[in-house]
Amino acid sequence: MKTLFTHEQLTITIQRLAHQLVEQIEAFEDVVIIGIQPRGIHLSDRVVKAIQAIVPCQKIQYGQLDTTFYRDDVHQNNSIHIPSATSIDYNLEGKQIILIDDVLHTGRTIRAAMDALIDFGRPKHVSLMVLIDRRFSRELPIQPDFVGQSVDTMYSQKVKVQWDEHNQDHKVLLLD
Amino acid sequence: MSLSVKHLLGIKDLAKEDIQTIFSTADNFKQVLQRPIKKVPSLRDTTVANIFFENSTRTRISFELAEKRLSADSVNFSAAGSSVSKGETLIDTVNNILSMKVDMVVMRHSASGAPHFLSQHIDASIINAGDGTNEHPTQALLDAFSMREKLGDLKGKKIAIIGDILHSRVALSNIYCLQKLGAEVLVAGPPTLIPKHIEALGVAYTYDVKKALAWCEVANVLRIQLERQNKPLFSSLREYALYYGINKDMLDSIQRDILIMHPGPINRGVELSSDAADSKQSIILNQVENGVAIRMAAIYLLSGKAIIE
Repeated sequence: MKTLFTHEQLTITIQRLAHQLVEQIEAFEDVVIIGIQPRGIHLSDRVVKAIQAIVPCQKIQYGQLDTTFYRDDVHQNNSIHIPSATSIDYNLEGKQIILIDDVLHTGRTIRAAMDALIDFGRPKHVSLMVLIDRRFSRELPIQPDFVGQSVDTMYSQKVKVQWDEHNQDHKVLLLD
Repeated sequence: MSLSVKHLLGIKDLAKEDIQTIFSTADNFKQVLQRPIKKVPSLRDTTVANIFFENSTRTRISFELAEKRLSADSVNFSAAGSSVSKGETLIDTVNNILSMKVDMVVMRHSASGAPHFLSQHIDASIINAGDGTNEHPTQALLDAFSMREKLGDLKGKKIAIIGDILHSRVALSNIYCLQKLGAEVLVAGPPTLIPKHIEALGVAYTYDVKKALAWCEVANVLRIQLERQNKPLFSSLREYALYYGINKDMLDSIQRDILIMHPGPINRGVELSSDAADSKQSIILNQVENGVAIRMAAIYLLSGKAIIE
């Protein structure tokens, strides 16, 4: 087990991601930020909070999306995936969507997330923000638009973001 | 994670955790059913056969809709008009359907234990949609799910099951399910329709419907099943309605609001008067709505096991 990023590094990265979004988006009116359940929402919660601190007068539309029912491996593992809650109270028709997840690996979760999104309406544009991009491990033509950190890993390794609920000790671990 | 069982034959075989997994999955499906596109692509690779040897409206439509909402393919079979009338056996009938590459069977049968028997002879997962006077697990799950939606955790809640307990598979499944969730159960009805030794199941009983109503927070009223009564068990429907039927006046005489449930079909004016069935306290149509989400959860959770094993 190896620590790839420490709490201090991650805090700066999250701030940077929030600033990048604010830099690119003038008005958040037609933007919906969507965290991917279950692990992506730890990041999206914090990014949304950071954006709110940068642009306090703008109203941020924020939802959570579960992709379980859209996965392409429903019947490939030994057990079936138990879903988490989806909460999207906005019509996504014509909106600009920022999808947020913690680790981008094969790209299959994002594929499922895009399918799930379309069932809520036809967005104008979808972009992807991830905290950790595991380069060279993609199985689908999917690339992130906003990247916290890029790492090079072997397929057999696991990258795990450990979130501390008291915001004192987040870290990114590489597990063999 | 998945259920501890391969088939859903009865609530008796389920662990409390299984019931809770089904509920939390059904919460998600209920949310899906409120979207503009009420459908997910999860089970595109699954085919389900709905095999009904007995009549049904709600259960059958509910299962069929649940399958469609999961993107599974479904085929329907009813005994009337099939080769069953030519003398084909249950196993032959089902094996013939399964050889057309069906992954899961939803079955209703008038003989208690028919799905259990079938489960020993076929590989596909079976969901019991009611077997004789034994169990009707998805009905009990949707009943408990509907109660949970209104009352929260069912631990310590007081639930009365009123009516024809003797012939009711809904009653038995409800008793198992509610007890596993920690609720207190009381059954009420005429002495001839309450099975002997029912207290062995850990439930209390009374012959006084008013007492039961005064005690409970939820009254699950069951249908008088005339089709299963081959000897007279009470003098007339009119007498039953007078002594054991529930009407709005009785509900109003209790100081607090209790929930009224009924698995359907209702014999209006017999076990439940129209003004009680259509009152604000009645959550009968919520039950039907929740039925689709519960059945989606059951099919989804069992589909994994069926294909792997």
